[in-house]
Amino acid sequence: MSVLIFVEIDNGTIKKTSQEAIAYGAQVAQMLNASTTVLALGQADEAALATAGNFGATKVLHDANDKLTQENSLAYAHVLVQAAQQEGSKVIVLAKSGLGDAVAARAAAKLQASVVSNITDLPEISEGTFKVKRSIYTGKAFATVEVQSEIKVLAIRKNAIEPEPTDELATVEPFSPSLRDSDFVATITQVEKASSNLSLTDADIIVSGGRGMKGPENWGPLEELAKALGAATGCSKPVSDLDWRPHHEHIGQTGIKVAPNLYIACGISGAIQHLAGVNGSKYIVVINKDPEAPFFKAADYGIVGDIFEILPRLTKAVEASR
Amino acid sequence: MKILVCITNVPDTTAKITFTDNNTKFNKAGISYIIGPYDDYALARAVELKESNGATVTVLNVGEADGDPQIRKALAIGADDAIRVNAEPTDSYFVAVQIAHIAKENGYDLILMGRESLDFNSGVVHGLVGEMLGIPSYSPVMKLDIDGTTAKLAREIDGGKEYLEAPLPLVLGCQEPIAEWKIPNMRGIMTARTKPLNVVEPVEVASMTNLESYSLPAPKGECKMIPAEEAESLITLLRKEARVL
Ligand SMILES: Cc1cc2nc3c(=O)[nH]c(=O)nc-3n(C[C@H](O)[C@H](O)[C@H](O)COP(=O)(O)OP(=O)(O)OC[C@H]3O[C@@H](n4cnc5c(N)ncnc54)[C@H](O)[C@@H]3O)c2cc1C
Ligand SMILES: Nc1ncnc2c1ncn2[C@@H]1O[C@H](COP(=O)(O)O)[C@@H](O)[C@H]1O
Repeated sequence: MSVLIFVEIDNGTIKKTSQEAIAYGAQVAQMLNASTTVLALGQADEAALATAGNFGATKVLHDANDKLTQENSLAYAHVLVQAAQQEGSKVIVLAKSGLGDAVAARAAAKLQASVVSNITDLPEISEGTFKVKRSIYTGKAFATVEVQSEIKVLAIRKNAIEPEPTDELATVEPFSPSLRDSDFVATITQVEKASSNLSLTDADIIVSGGRGMKGPENWGPLEELAKALGAATGCSKPVSDLDWRPHHEHIGQTGIKVAPNLYIACGISGAIQHLAGVNGSKYIVVINKDPEAPFFKAADYGIVGDIFEILPRLTKAVEASR
Repeated sequence: MKILVCITNVPDTTAKITFTDNNTKFNKAGISYIIGPYDDYALARAVELKESNGATVTVLNVGEADGDPQIRKALAIGADDAIRVNAEPTDSYFVAVQIAHIAKENGYDLILMGRESLDFNSGVVHGLVGEMLGIPSYSPVMKLDIDGTTAKLAREIDGGKEYLEAPLPLVLGCQEPIAEWKIPNMRGIMTARTKPLNVVEPVEVASMTNLESYSLPAPKGECKMIPAEEAESLITLLRKEARVL
């Protein structure tokens, strides 16, 4: 028996959220006395894939078929099920994301397995019961559920586990599952990727701006701080509605849910719908000129002041402390 | 064209969440319910497609009778008829089996859902239903046009957008800016009363998960305020105290 982890590949390497999924899967494998296998699809660097071992995997199944380089949840699920059958996997782990959820769901339906998404902690396993804790009501609460089906598909949220990477390497084995034409009926006509390749869901630090930024032309100081910190940039809903920033930066209840180690909110009031997207963050810093801004109630550190005056000073302080 | 829109009946976005019965039941007291915001985008786009391309729009909810006002609202916004599967939506798999069952019976060209529900936040029901029906599913979809039997859509991918074309039938999880939320008008509200709302009993599904208990996040500690004059000290605190830099 093997715990199987599906990983997402970005620029030929394993995404950070997927590294967490491997570490999570390896821990579960230890509890179950099982081995840890990773499934990687599409073009990827073999040496990069071997680093799955850093996070506890012993084996990586790699199908380098270029047909699988483009995100395709239908084909991925079809391949994942074949890998699960080959490895006799009863537990399948993925990182929660648009793609991860879709692959998890489709694989679960094929395997008649349960799919539990948004998991925030390691499972509790004892005497044949398997319990997981998941985030519900957009981070306002948690549910502990017993997973009863024989096969369990688990999509874990960022920061569900803190990996402690080692120097171990995994062996990478070629894997050639069957593919079906019916999984390739869609034609991708165009892909628009943001120039910065730091993704919001993967980022450890996010600097985010709200309507207090006053206009799209004022984002320079925020981007500079983000650059100094190696952070991704995000925004509130009105900011993307006004087209000041691209839609994929919109964070909150109706946007992306993020869980970085550090979230720095600049000129965002902290409406409950915005908080719903950031309440998984480890630390929150709020900079707002209004001391009554509700965001301060959800913050760990706060500065009451003018963002345009404070942002450049923070950037300097970061650069100075290097 | 036949469109099915799957809607959830969820606490409004500002609701304070609490539990009763030893943290095993959601406390409905004082909660006002809404159509899931993402489902509302799906519904709005379905009604637009009905006007532009000609279609019938059916709304479907798996839930108990207390969701009927939200279903009526969907009818007032422009859906033609509604189906409610009379059951507590216990988990995603259960819900997906019910939706797939209705879809197989009636045959839809397009099944629109929200990107995720506000209560379960799984983002998995579209994938489950797509697989159960053996048709593609895509999410989150931000733009959708139908050209004959082909859907042209844009969906969000990590850090960007992808445009694709796929043959119907499809299952799609929707999000803004696919359409603007619609508010029912007086005429819509009047006609909604006479539109059919068919209540059907669920098909049987083996239980996959069982809720143990709910819990709330630990209350947030005090926010440490840093005077604006000393803003730079934030960086030191983040480094030495929080250890996140
Ligand atoms: C169903 C629903 C879903 C929603 N989903 C989302 C969502 O996903 N994400 C989201 O963000 N919102 C969402 N909203 C909107 C949300 O309710 C708020 O309207 C929104 O978050 C406010 O954005 P903001 O904080 O940028 O703007 P504002 O509320 O206008 O706040 C601007 C802040 O900037 C401060 N400010 C101004 N100038 C300066 C300055 N020079 N220096 C420092 N501070 C300054 C002000 O004091 C103020 O606090 C949703 C709403 C609804 C109804
Ligand atoms: N009980 C339900 N009744 C009808 N549709 C549902 C139900 N639960 C989920 N859905 C649909 O599935 C989408 C994704 O839900 P979820 O996977 O729970 O996040 C929702 O936005 C709805 O469109």
